[in-house]
Amino acid sequence: MSRKVTSIMLVIVLALSLVFTAGCGTGASNGKVKVGFVFIGPIKDGGWTEAHYNGMNYLKEQLKVETMYRELVPEGPESKKAIKELINAGCNVIFTTSFGYMDPTLEAAKENPKVKFFHCSGFKTAENMSNYFGRMYEPRYLSGIVAGLKTKTNKIGYVAAYEIPEVINGINAFTLGVQSVNPNAVVKVRWSHTWIDSALEKAAAVALLDDGCDVITQHNDSTATYIAAQERGAYAIGYNLDMPSAAPKAYMTAPVWNWGVYYVQEVKAIMEGTWKAAAYQGGIKEGLLDLAPLTEVAPPEAKAKVEEARKQIIDGTLQVFKGPIKDQSGNIKVPEGKTLNYEDTMSMDMNWFVQGVEGKIEVQK
Amino acid sequence: MDAASLAAYAALFLTAAVKAGTPLLYATLGETITERSGNLNLGVEGMMLMGAVAGFQFGLITRNPLFALTAAMLAASLGSLIFAFLTVTLRANQVVSGLSLTIFGAGIAGFIGQKLSGQVVPASVKAWFYPVKIPLLGDIPGIGQILFNHDILIYLSYMLAIGLGIYLFNTRKGLNLRAVGENPAAADAAGIGVSLYKYVHILAGGALCGLGGAYLSLVYVPAWQENITAGRGWIAVALVIFVAWNPYKALLGAFFFGGLDILGLYLQKFDIKVSQYIINMLPYIVTILVLVFTSIKKSKENAPPKALGVPYFREDR
Repeated sequence: MSRKVTSIMLVIVLALSLVFTAGCGTGASNGKVKVGFVFIGPIKDGGWTEAHYNGMNYLKEQLKVETMYRELVPEGPESKKAIKELINAGCNVIFTTSFGYMDPTLEAAKENPKVKFFHCSGFKTAENMSNYFGRMYEPRYLSGIVAGLKTKTNKIGYVAAYEIPEVINGINAFTLGVQSVNPNAVVKVRWSHTWIDSALEKAAAVALLDDGCDVITQHNDSTATYIAAQERGAYAIGYNLDMPSAAPKAYMTAPVWNWGVYYVQEVKAIMEGTWKAAAYQGGIKEGLLDLAPLTEVAPPEAKAKVEEARKQIIDGTLQVFKGPIKDQSGNIKVPEGKTLNYEDTMSMDMNWFVQGVEGKIEVQK
Repeated sequence: MDAASLAAYAALFLTAAVKAGTPLLYATLGETITERSGNLNLGVEGMMLMGAVAGFQFGLITRNPLFALTAAMLAASLGSLIFAFLTVTLRANQVVSGLSLTIFGAGIAGFIGQKLSGQVVPASVKAWFYPVKIPLLGDIPGIGQILFNHDILIYLSYMLAIGLGIYLFNTRKGLNLRAVGENPAAADAAGIGVSLYKYVHILAGGALCGLGGAYLSLVYVPAWQENITAGRGWIAVALVIFVAWNPYKALLGAFFFGGLDILGLYLQKFDIKVSQYIINMLPYIVTILVLVFTSIKKSKENAPPKALGVPYFREDR
């Protein structure tokens, strides 16, 4: 009997030891602004969460405010618990950084009218809750220029996570960028149906290389696709963060987030008492995102072309989704004189590929 | 697409399937010898993660592939030692102990792995795992490219599968092991050290699961990522049933399941509508089908070890 008890105790100890592996910063509440972040991944994921974490550190540096965070928080009800913990620890400004935190954030906003909330990548707002995201398709378009100039086989691979508007508009913008410099190139898409399985993302990149692609880009959260490209002597474009060290012989550039710009702007407004809840979307012009510096692997002629297109995006003469744009079967999808705006590209109507993409979207009805 | 290029594409798919199946093969071989000793260790996923993180960390520190792989095996066997102590010595519930080992391994790997993201496997380690063509065998058209143009750990996994098959079915010790798993009381009466056999095979099984994990982090990807196994440990648990606790069959089964893992990615080239979600279910569906067929046929050869999951009390004889 006592053996059974001992064994059960040991099992409990094993399970509990997990709890202590979760890390978090601490600090006392003092009536000043204290900012809490909720992250979906680990802070050093080399991608999405690390980009937000870097933004948090930038905020801390610039405004000397106290910050804390909870990492590896699952989407759904669990995230509300994390928000509550941050509030109990004295946070009066909360940033939640994944789509699935939207409803829990809204509920928390209603229950805590004095706390200010910001939710990333969603569409709901409240009196004390903003949402924020960016026009990622702008730097995606620029990265397409680099890929289009680099490819020799005229086949470019794109490892994509899920058939959602954010991913689809990225593929379309990238392809439009490719075709602006190389009308003969096609972009082949492989759906990985995961954000976080680097082994499968690698396999998807290998499948694209096996299919004749010589430049690979991705909308996933790991660096496995760059490594796959390097192993085969092909080239890669990243996403989220500038990570040339992952595959220095293959890596050319990446569309990257600079969340810190937005975090500083909003927290400053709160400190000055001028803050109002809003739906925010930034682009290259606002400095929220950009194309990372081109490495030596990138084609030499790309630098001037990217710089020119970048200037035009900033001054508004180049709009990525400006008609006429044809879909895969050659039908005009965006007529001449019309331009898709940010809301259009994030709506559920963004369920088609532009001409030049080889791949399929399973439309859910 | 003409027949020749289709065949070439299929060969590339099968080559990738062998690679994708290798971590599964190591884990399946490990779990097979564990279960042959009568202990059901559901901690495969956790042990793979412990092996993956230890292998990667020691690869970074020592820049030596042998040390890295040894560390991976030791770390995972340490995990299985906890399981062995709980289930053999203390006779605790095997399912609960195995599940907690999975949670524990994932936690430890996540904790140690915090500082490993974005780090690169040193060139001195990577150089060991470049594909090497085997003379003669590697020149056979088709088969040569698919099976004999790989890294050294894949060749080791072939040899391990065959070696463990011989051990299990053609040696005295293998017979003893099977006796322990089928009827520990009888084995005990015959003078076989039941606890010793269980300990040795649970630990060795853990070491192999660790190798499977290290294959992912050091060779397959190779980079560290939180939860790098992404459920492959559970596939291995299903695979053990699928191959009926037989190391020879594990060789084919692992490549079959590895192929299923990446099948969708290669099919997306064609105009075929197969949902990735269906493909993700396939390993489990075929395992259930195998379970149904073997229980209808009541074939002795494909039945699980009789004492699997049952703690052995000498007093109960």
